[in-house]
Parts: sequence; C-alpha cells; structure tokens
Amino acid sequence: MDIAVLIFLTSGLFLGWSLGANDAANVFGTAVGTRMIRFSTAAAICGVFVILGAVISGAGAAHTLGRLGSVNALAGSFMAAFSAGLAVYVMTKFGLPVSTTQAIVGAIIGWNLFSETLTDTNAMTKILATWVVSPLLAAVIAILLFKLVTRVLRIAKLHILRTDAYTRLGLVLAGAFGAYSLGANNIGNVMGVFISSSPFTDFSLAGWVNVSSVQQLFLLGGLAIAVGVVTYSKRVMLTVGGGLLPLSPVAAWVVVMAHSIVLFLFASQGLERLLASYGLPTIPLVPVSSSQAVIGAVLGIGLLKGGRGLRWRLLGGIGAGWLLTPVIAGVVCMVGLFVMQNVFNQQVYRPVAYEISQPVIDRLARAGMAPGAISGLEGRRFASAVRFDRALDAKERLGPEDKAKLMAYAELDEMTIDPGRLGLVETGWLTIGQTRALRRLSGRTFTHKWMLAEALMEESAGWKPLADNMANKAYNKELGDKLDFLYRTFRAAR
Amino acid sequence: MALFRRTKALENEIDEFLDKLSESALVFRQAIELYLSDGPGAGFDEKLRQVNELESRADQLRRGIETQLYSQTLIPESRGDVLGLLENLDSILNLLEGTLWGFSIETPDIPEEFVKDYRGLTEMAVLSVEAIVMASRAFFRDHETVGDHMYKVMFYEKEADKVSTKLKREIFGQADLHLSHKMHLKSFTEHIDNVADKAEDVADRLSIYAIKRSI
Repeated sequence: MDIAVLIFLTSGLFLGWSLGANDAANVFGTAVGTRMIRFSTAAAICGVFVILGAVISGAGAAHTLGRLGSVNALAGSFMAAFSAGLAVYVMTKFGLPVSTTQAIVGAIIGWNLFSETLTDTNAMTKILATWVVSPLLAAVIAILLFKLVTRVLRIAKLHILRTDAYTRLGLVLAGAFGAYSLGANNIGNVMGVFISSSPFTDFSLAGWVNVSSVQQLFLLGGLAIAVGVVTYSKRVMLTVGGGLLPLSPVAAWVVVMAHSIVLFLFASQGLERLLASYGLPTIPLVPVSSSQAVIGAVLGIGLLKGGRGLRWRLLGGIGAGWLLTPVIAGVVCMVGLFVMQNVFNQQVYRPVAYEISQPVIDRLARAGMAPGAISGLEGRRFASAVRFDRALDAKERLGPEDKAKLMAYAELDEMTIDPGRLGLVETGWLTIGQTRALRRLSGRTFTHKWMLAEALMEESAGWKPLADNMANKAYNKELGDKLDFLYRTFRAAR
Repeated sequence: MALFRRTKALENEIDEFLDKLSESALVFRQAIELYLSDGPGAGFDEKLRQVNELESRADQLRRGIETQLYSQTLIPESRGDVLGLLENLDSILNLLEGTLWGFSIETPDIPEEFVKDYRGLTEMAVLSVEAIVMASRAFFRDHETVGDHMYKVMFYEKEADKVSTKLKREIFGQADLHLSHKMHLKSFTEHIDNVADKAEDVADRLSIYAIKRSI
C-alpha cells in the first residue's frame, strides 16, 4: 500500500477519533453521568459495538453520502475529513455540542463547490430533512416510551433496588444497541468520503465471506472511533450526564433508547428490506446526528414534564451550533483544498468532463429523450458538471429526471479492462457468470460508465438489473455496488 | 443473573431491618405493660433482653446494607436518602432501647392514677413507629402510597403530644409528690413521647425522599 494513502487516511481516523470522543457521550453519557455504569464498562461495551455496527451494517447510510458528492481524489477526501474533524474539535473546545454529520456534509459541499461538482439536491434535501425530522422523531419516541415505562413501573410496584437493577441492565443493553447504531450510521461520516478512493481491495475469506474494501475501510474507522471512546470521551460523558436536564436513571434509559431507535431507523438496511417486502414505504438511509437525536429525546422528556428545568438558552445555542458547524467545515475545506492544490501541489479532485458525442446522442434517443433537448450541444465538451449544467440551463429547462439522465450518459469516464488487473476483482464476490462476462471484455476500452455496463449486460444476464421495484431494490443496489467497484478498478489513471 | 440474586438478598435484608424495628416496638409495648402492672422484675428484664437483641441485629443489618449500597454503587440517585432513612429509623430503635434501660436502672415509681395515661402514651408511640415502618416499606416498593401512611404517623404523634402534656400537667398538679419524684416521672413521659417525635421527624424526611423519587 502506498505510504501517501496511509497519510491521507489519518484525517479520516482523526475524524473517527473525535466522533468517538463526542458522540459516544450521547450513548453512555447519561448512564455514566448518573453513576449507573462505570466508565471503563461503558467504554468497553461502546468500543466493541461501534466496530460491529460499522462493519456489519455500515454500508447502508454510507451510500447516500457517497451520492451527495463523490469525492474522487484521495487528497480531496483527506481535506474533507480533516476539515470536518477540525470543525468538530473546535466546537468541542468551545463547549458547543457537536454534530459530526453536519460537519462532514458541510465539508463535502465545500469540496463540491471547489471542484465544480454539482451537489445532488435530491440527496441534499433528504439529509436536510432528517436534521429536522430526527430530533422531532426522537422527542416523540421519548415521550411515548417514558409514558409507557412510568406506567409499567407504577403497575409493577418494583422494589427500589429491583428497579435499579433493571434500569442498569437496560442502560447496558440500550447503550450497546446505541453504540451499534452509532457505528452503523456514523461510519459513513468518518469513512464515507474515502469509499470512492479506497486503497483496499476486496478479498474473500476461503470463498465464503466476502470482505469488501468498504468493510475494511469501515473496520479501520470503527477502530478509530473506539480509540476516541476509550481515550477522550470520559469528560464529555460526565458533562452530558450532568449538564443536560437533570434526569433520573429511568429517564436516562428512555433518552438512550429513543436516540438509538432513531439512529437505527435511519441506518437499517434490514428494516428497509422488510418494509419493501411488504410493499410499505421505506425510510431513507441517511446519516443522522446522534447529538440531535439525544437533544430531541431530552427535549421530549422536558416538555412532558411541563418544560420546567429545561435550559432554553442552551437549546438556542445548540440550534445555532447546528447551523454554524457545516458552514465552518465547508469554509475550512475550501481554503484547505486551495492550499493543498496550490502549495502542496496535490490533486484534490479528479476533473469529470462531459461530452455530447454521437454514441451519447444515440443512447439518449434510445432512452426516449427528445432530440430537441440537446440540439446545439452536439459534439461539445464541458470541463465540469457545473459548466455543463449551466449550458443546459441556458438552452432549455429540463426536468430533473431528464437532466440526471443526460448528465449520467454524457459523463466521460475512460476505462480499460486491463487483463493484468482482472485478478483484483476475482474475489468470489462476483458470480461466475459475471466474471466470465468481464473476462470476455478483456482489453477493451470504454469512454463512458454506461458503455461498460451495457457491454457486460450483453455478455451475461447476470449483469442485468431486475425490474425496478421495492422488492428488487437490494439486488439492484448490490449490482450497482459491483459496477462501481469495476469502475474504480479499471478507471484509466489521469 | 448474579446481579438479580444479590439484589434479592439486599431487598430481604432491608425488609428484615424493618421487621426488627416493628418487632422492637411491639416488645417495647409489652415491656412497659409488664412494668406498669407488675413493676420491675424477671418478665420486664426478659423483654429488655429481647429488644437489646433486636437492636444489635438491626445495627448489623443496617451496616451491611449501607456498605453494599456504596461498594456496589447501587441506586446512585437515592442511596443518600436510603442511608439517611435507615439511620433515622435506627435512632428510633435506640430510643426504644434507651427508654427501657431507663426503666430498668432508675425503676421509676409510677403512682396508680398515672398508669392509664402512661399506657395510652406508650400505645400512641408504638402506633406511630408501626406507621413509619409501613411508610418506609412503601417508599421502597410503591412510593406513591407513602402519603397514605404518613398522615397516620402525624396523627399518632399529635395524640402522643396531647397525652404527654396532660400527663405532665397532672403530675405537677399533685400536691403530695416531691419535686424530685415529679421530675423523675416527667423525664419518663418525655422518653416515651420522644419516640413518637422521632417517628414524625423521619416521616418528614421520608415525604421529601418520596417527592424526589417521583420526579
């Protein structure tokens, strides 16, 4: 592995460390703060479950972040993660509650602006909406859960010591669940920007378990989070335990539960599949902020008790912090990218050009797009997504769907199926039919992603996506992941 | 599951401590009854011995409970309250024991006309102790019903005050008693009345603890 790659990854690890130091406090802060669980116990449980969550179910939320902006050069990923980590660290220094999600989103938008990449407004709205929805949802869940628990306790008439023992056990279980969800949901923040430029290659353990490069990345990120938990989260945990609304141990449990449920809802691929299989609408898989979920849950309990004891001024400060964090991260990222590019002479993004060539025009016609939509642009080449977008807008207003299609087909991405690199993809992840199809394309060069995808489809039915419905969503998504993996592997170095 | 086994054992110890306090109050009533009817003697001494034993067992239980609460960091929110409650209940037990020792050592001579009031005063003191034991049990298991027992403690304490005031007035109203005798009788009136007063003090604290638990 290249040494430079390791150096670049350190910023992701820094971000992971700061996330562990801060967000772990959301999971176990109230438990440790109320002295129900010892810090060492909390740190051990938290570390183990964060790593498990990151590796086992981290891929879901990371996908959305990957779509928001495909930071496609390692130096760019470094800067995005570093500026987000710095924003988190600075906010912590000033004692402001941190949202790692917002920091990374801000940093990615900073990169998008710098590299003239279009910000996917659809993914953006999805993420912004969850920033409003997740605290509200956490508040509602906390209120309902708290009412339920107090009612059960009233009926059960447990001994004070028995209640204490159950609450303790509940806090451990909820904390483990919370740590798992934190790992699954927020690993996308830590390592998501590195996915497109992952230095790892997929490998398979004895042909049974496929460990993707993403999972290896996430394991590394999970370890960084765990180190953050063990080394630096104690003080933050004690602050959270005492600084928020004074909570009883039972209320502390309700807060952790509500927070974990919200994080889980937004990260679970299993739940998505389950909902889809019954034909129900699914919840978008988006990285949500655990700080927001916790604050929402505490707010819910505070309101349930009539709003007394809640520090409204502090809540106002938190709200301001939520707006400020992405701005700081975005600005730091842009300045940092400029310095990286011009002082250290690093490639911080891989330019993505667009061209409306004859094959593209033919393909668009087959996709059912009116030829008038692109008239006058034939044969022209655009150096960036933003410029292409501007040219399209100047001509004629296209619907967002048509525009996305046009962008996808016109994107230049030259790749050659290098026979020497074929070994890298034979890890057992691709099916035999898929691998054979790929081998038959050996030596050929493609100028667009869709060309490779179509050539593969011609060679094998195994590369054809199934009908676009909820039940097939998971299969098609995996197919897309496999194609992304091929694009990364065979992309011509530029 | 070891956690729950330990919890169960500790619950039992707290229950046993409260049992000992309640039992001591009942034996206290028997002892005073024996003293008032038969004067000092073997019967009274036996009851005194029983209260002594109950008191030392209760002390032992209390220390064990307190040590476990702190060494295992149990009920971090309420352990200070539980500690205060147990020590105050223990001081009621000490008052019961001290009063009986007073009877045993000083053997007060109680004239026939005061016996009925001493009996009544003892009854009120014992009932207040029983009520505070009930309130304490409720605090541990079902804190919302603490109030149901609390008003009884207050009621018995007031009754005890009325009886003791009346008794003291009558004692000092007697022309044929020496002042020293009057003072002696007064001090025993106060000994017994103190038990009810202490029960009320504990009840006042307990009502605060119960409010804290409900938040």
